[in-house]
Amino acid sequence: MVVMGPSGDIAVQQRDLIVVSTVLMLLIIIPVIFLVFFFAWKYRQSNTDAPYDPEWHHSTRLEVMIWSAPLVIIIALGAVTWISTHKLDPYRPLDRIDSSTPLAKDVKPLTVEVVALDWKWLFFYPDLGIATVNELAAPVNTPINFKITSGTVMNSFYIPALAGQIYAMAGMETKLHAVINKPGEFEGISANYSGAGFSHMRFKFHGLDQAGFDQWVEKAKNEGKVLDTNAYVALAKPSIKDPVQYFSSVGDGLYNSILNMCAVPGKMCMSEMMHIDAKGGAGKESQENRARLIHDNRDAADDAAPATMEHGDTSMPGMDMGHGSHAPATPSN
Amino acid sequence: MFSNPDLLKFIFGRLTLDSIPYHEPILIVTFIAVAIGGGAVLGLLTYFRLWGYLWNEWFTSIDHKKIGIMYMVLAIIMLLRGFSDALLMRMQQAMAFNGNEGYLPPHHYDQIFTAHGVIMIFFVAMPLVTGLMNFAVPLQIGARDVSFPFLNNFSFWMTTAGSMLIMISLFIGEFARTGWLAYPPLSESAYSPDVGVDYYIWGLQIAGIGTLLSGVNLIATIVKMRAPGMTMMKMPIFTWTALCTNVLIVAAFPVLTAVLALLTLDRYAGTNFFTNDLGGNPMMYVNLIWIWGHPEVYILILPAFGVFSEVVSTFSSKRLFGYASMVYATVVITILSYLVWLHHFFTMGSGASVNSFFGITTMIISIPTGAKIFNWLFTMYRGRIRFEVPMLWAMGFMVTFVIGGMTGVMLAVPPADFVLHNSLFLIAHFHNVIIGGVVFGAFAGINYWFPKAFGFKLDPFWGKMSFWFWLVGFYFAFMPLYILGLMGVTRRLSQFEDPSLQIYFVIAAFGAGLIAIGIASFLMQIFVSIKNRHALADVTGDPWGGRTLEWSTSSPPPSYNFALTPIVYDHDSWWDMKNRGHIRPTDGFLPIHMPKSTGTGVILGILSIIFGFGMVWHIWWMAALGFVAMLVVTIVHTFNYNRDFYIPVEEVIRTENARTKILAEQVQ
Repeated sequence: MVVMGPSGDIAVQQRDLIVVSTVLMLLIIIPVIFLVFFFAWKYRQSNTDAPYDPEWHHSTRLEVMIWSAPLVIIIALGAVTWISTHKLDPYRPLDRIDSSTPLAKDVKPLTVEVVALDWKWLFFYPDLGIATVNELAAPVNTPINFKITSGTVMNSFYIPALAGQIYAMAGMETKLHAVINKPGEFEGISANYSGAGFSHMRFKFHGLDQAGFDQWVEKAKNEGKVLDTNAYVALAKPSIKDPVQYFSSVGDGLYNSILNMCAVPGKMCMSEMMHIDAKGGAGKESQENRARLIHDNRDAADDAAPATMEHGDTSMPGMDMGHGSHAPATPSN
Repeated sequence: MFSNPDLLKFIFGRLTLDSIPYHEPILIVTFIAVAIGGGAVLGLLTYFRLWGYLWNEWFTSIDHKKIGIMYMVLAIIMLLRGFSDALLMRMQQAMAFNGNEGYLPPHHYDQIFTAHGVIMIFFVAMPLVTGLMNFAVPLQIGARDVSFPFLNNFSFWMTTAGSMLIMISLFIGEFARTGWLAYPPLSESAYSPDVGVDYYIWGLQIAGIGTLLSGVNLIATIVKMRAPGMTMMKMPIFTWTALCTNVLIVAAFPVLTAVLALLTLDRYAGTNFFTNDLGGNPMMYVNLIWIWGHPEVYILILPAFGVFSEVVSTFSSKRLFGYASMVYATVVITILSYLVWLHHFFTMGSGASVNSFFGITTMIISIPTGAKIFNWLFTMYRGRIRFEVPMLWAMGFMVTFVIGGMTGVMLAVPPADFVLHNSLFLIAHFHNVIIGGVVFGAFAGINYWFPKAFGFKLDPFWGKMSFWFWLVGFYFAFMPLYILGLMGVTRRLSQFEDPSLQIYFVIAAFGAGLIAIGIASFLMQIFVSIKNRHALADVTGDPWGGRTLEWSTSSPPPSYNFALTPIVYDHDSWWDMKNRGHIRPTDGFLPIHMPKSTGTGVILGILSIIFGFGMVWHIWWMAALGFVAMLVVTIVHTFNYNRDFYIPVEEVIRTENARTKILAEQVQ
């Protein structure tokens, strides 16, 4: 049970919370279950020796007890919750490697930018200049800073052995700070249903020692292809069971443009739109920007890669809400 | 056939021959089975000339008891559909290992889990609790009907119309592939262009009207129509929970209506409330739908709590322990249920303080809930407990529900939720509380009130079979899911890679099989009971040694419920009356003012299906026609002044004298 025996410090603390809260609640629940059976047996109709008091319906002492017993448990659990929620906030940078090792001052965390796509995961390593699809690796005992977004619908980025999940959403960036303490190969999944290919939206996460990680990076650099805008647009098309891919060179600011929903050439970045809005908006002229702001388009992508979808595309004449805006295939900038 | 595609499109919208899923063998077989079964039922109804009876006595009836029973029938029929979906999923998940893709492709599987959730919540659990409330509440408060009897009939038919629309999606087109809450952007037309989400939207919108109006109706009934002397703090607990539930319905369902309306605008009018692009925000949908969705689970569970309160006290032959604290616990839960919605998406990136706030409010709900459990326990204490079928369900509930409550509090701790969210642990948790709470409560309620509704008890042997198979089946079906959740397995997967998981899914499928036997036993129980109705008959009207007013009248009650309005002096009024040597009045009757049956509800229900079908398929003329027709029928109905009548005093006397005679024969 990976959740109960994880390999990353954050997941270990989350496991401990599950245990603590279970034990706290069992303090109440075990007596209750016992009493259900005991009272049922003792006060069964055939047991005429047991006292029978049909009008007895109130006891202040008992009432105080039955309200305060759960109250005490919840106060304890509430305190645990408040503290642990702040301490294990996924946005909070780590301050320790594991329960016995505080984080050294000069450690440089590994940054990984995660993009959920239909139906695969794209990982950027901005410090190393590489990117991968459906495979993630990190050196053990090094803090990892994940920045997570989506190029499609909502997904949830989850490596049970490493740390709890966080949603991946288009046009937004969520964060996760975690560390893997044991070397090994772990499962990574999407934990939020995202459509037909969802079941296969999994990847392997490798916890490696530093030498192993360097080797892995070397391998990615040697075997890798180029991930430029065109390659990304092709990659973003819906597909299932994608093989692991390595990219040794990554287009400038590609992650940022995915995050701003303008990786497809000709689209306006969210940052630019927000800038216009902050200046008071573009008035009627903003209509001209409409096509450049349309992003959601799994169907158009589907036309280009029909083999990936189980179901034949039922296109909807009369419902064309700007889907047809095939952008010119010229690189941006 | 036609050469003009525009005309074809005008007539049929996006409905084409390809929309009929004749390429799906499972659906073809289902369709043939439904056609044969449905044809047989229709044939038998015609053969026995029951149409007139059904139309006059049931479909057009505005008697709250009959409407309550019709809600239960609807729920049980839909339970069979929703449970078939569950079996299909269980089989798929037990098979799809080692490269075996199972027998359901994602396109079909994803519809099934969506339909399962939608049907079980909206068209099984909701009609079950609404049916029980409709049947029992007016009887418990000594009323002759609900405040707005026609509205009640209309509500039922709108709920039925919604469920019919969902059923139509099985054979014409397809259902949503989005999960039961249809999170955008997946449910937006860019990602779900086909009709599935539209069936979802219109099915729920139509049924939602029924639910909302039924909520208004029952609040008015409870507030305005209680028997003299029944102050709020003397109401039976089931009525209290019904009041709180309906307050929740009236406050929460408009949010669902609004959020679905916004999604409708996105899909039909090209707005961008919840799209990724053009400034839309899907997180807003998630917030709004859970502002409805969390109260919804209390809408379901509170009436079940009410049933258990009645059952535990009746079958312990003892007054309920801690009535006042039970009431306050119910009210506290009602209020708190609005302050917890965010716990459904701790993982969406809220700050630590927001997450802790919602986590702690969630845990606080367990305090009044815990108090309730203790109250039931101490009701059993120093009682004389009879293990009749309703009491078995109640005890099965107490043991099962606390486990579900415990896992619920675990999920309420945000950092723990980060590892358990969306996992099969969560699935196990909410089935644990919904089956262990709502379903067990509904079965307790059905077994408890059935003799009141029909004048004979349900067969105890098959009732016990049903109970034990459900209970054991539940543990077999869902304990493995808890374990799978802790193994990091998430929900809504149709294929697996790790072969070591398979055994758990096989056990879960076995459990689902046991539950299937439980459901079959329940149907058998109904069948056997009808067959042996004379042996199981109860003529006293009070087969369990009841405590509340519904047991003071005959079984089944006359259409007017009470010939003379009872006067209430204490809690458990009927118990109190019996203790004080109550003598049933045999004269002094007056003509009774009652509402008249009307077919308007049925007609509006059918028109709303036509409207919804037109909207789903973009057959605009049909939608417009249906909508205008609904308006016209509604307006015409308001001019129907012939809507009430008096039951002549002779008939009341005849009915009451017949009962006097039967009761006298009993005594001898």
